[in-house]
Amino acid sequence: MDDSSYTKLVPTPTPTSQPHWDGLNQHQYLLQKCIDCGRIRHYPRPVCDACFSMRYEWVAASGRGKLHSWTVTYHPFHPGWKEDLPYMLATVDLEEGVRMNARLRGVEQSDLKIGLPVRIDYETVKDGLTLPVLVADK
Amino acid sequence: MSLFEKAAVSGIGETEYVRGSGKSPIVMQMEASLKACADAGISPKDIDGVIPYGGAVVAEDFITNFGIQDLRFSATTPMGGASPVASVQCAVAMVAAGICKHVLIPLGRDGWSGARIGSRVQQMPQFKLIGEFEMPLGAIAPAQLYAPMARRHMELYGTTSRQLGSIAVSTRQHAILHGNATMTKPITIEDHQNSRMISDPLRLLDCSLESDGGAAVIISSAERARDLRQRPVYIMGVAEGHPDSPSTITQRPDLTRLGVAKAAPRAFAMAGVTHADIDVAEIYDCFTYIVMCQLEDLGFCKKGEGGAFVENGALGLGGRLPVNTHGGLLSQAHMAGINHVVELTRQLRGEGGKTQVADAEIGLVTGYGDMGDGSVAIMRRG
Repeated sequence: MDDSSYTKLVPTPTPTSQPHWDGLNQHQYLLQKCIDCGRIRHYPRPVCDACFSMRYEWVAASGRGKLHSWTVTYHPFHPGWKEDLPYMLATVDLEEGVRMNARLRGVEQSDLKIGLPVRIDYETVKDGLTLPVLVADK
Repeated sequence: MSLFEKAAVSGIGETEYVRGSGKSPIVMQMEASLKACADAGISPKDIDGVIPYGGAVVAEDFITNFGIQDLRFSATTPMGGASPVASVQCAVAMVAAGICKHVLIPLGRDGWSGARIGSRVQQMPQFKLIGEFEMPLGAIAPAQLYAPMARRHMELYGTTSRQLGSIAVSTRQHAILHGNATMTKPITIEDHQNSRMISDPLRLLDCSLESDGGAAVIISSAERARDLRQRPVYIMGVAEGHPDSPSTITQRPDLTRLGVAKAAPRAFAMAGVTHADIDVAEIYDCFTYIVMCQLEDLGFCKKGEGGAFVENGALGLGGRLPVNTHGGLLSQAHMAGINHVVELTRQLRGEGGKTQVADAEIGLVTGYGDMGDGSVAIMRRG
């Protein structure tokens, strides 16, 4: 894969979030789970806001969720996405009780509705970078 | 100690609002601040507190340029477009505590000539989680990040794009009458419906401008303000509020509830007034939807009823609640809401010109920014 051909924005993982990105490369969507109270949180951060514990483990999400809201973007806000227009962005309630945001593929705009079942798929976009993508969960 | 009427807006100043000023932000901020001092009838040297917006122009610039001998306070309120009204809260507290006599709140930017606001978001530390988890997936600009809030509201409550368009139309009408606004071509609901889709459901005419200009406000103690040149505009109630999951809208429990929902009850309680007492409102309008959502969160109508509240020109002059009598960020200029504070002051002085709301005694101004932070002030004419 030619890295120079990838012109979209790339993430800069932190020591806290790095395991999540490593998980994506293994086709797992990893979430932080508090070791002391069991609460699952996202996006990655150091402290559990329920019990203030800083001890956590990483657990894999089931990958299933339901559409919470969405947008369809037509304007080229960044040159890296110009060829993709228009594209759908979905905000999804995961079964684990947290949300995620990602491209939604393969769904007609007229079929979009709150509660639409979706699941996470994975796309390796460049060397060492895998992004989640959402598809209809039929 | 309540901050009720401890302070007043004593001076306001604005540059011309344009696209392409040929001036740097510091020049525009100095120009607006000097106008505000002249308006108040104080020497620039009398400023003893300053709350810059953040960015290139800092308190030290005002000490140097104005020859201020004893600046006693400076801070920033980093809340994006909620900053100017949150800065009013901060300034009121400073004069009420006796720390400052006159606090300057300046803002000026080259939003049209310089880096686009959308591109600046990537560099802001409060958005590091968006930068890591959402921008690489294609959710880059505020329009894309806010659109799911509007879409969810539409799906839950039946809110329509035409209702949002009504906000754009009345705001433009005010800009045309105002005299210092960048957008002066009349628009209709059909123009709004025909404007190109930016990020569904937000169309071009749902989005605010990128502008060059500057504005400034001076907050003085109520006692001192009475002896200054202008009729004081007293600050009756003021508060800020931060939404749950403040930086990432995606993780917010209720996508349709903004930080101002927490601030509004505090501000109304401090002011001791009800919604029916508000004669004019300047509501932060980075997008039409954000105006409607704030009107709900402020309590002017119930959650979900904002669409019906704003439609058919209800926010125009002579409507149920005149909103953004200067043309707002949608049609006057994007000055991050400091222009809303200036305009409310002008209205409550009776200096509103062609968009003056008759007999305006009490008004409300909000700020909104950084993905949902809110601020609100309720003021009355002196």
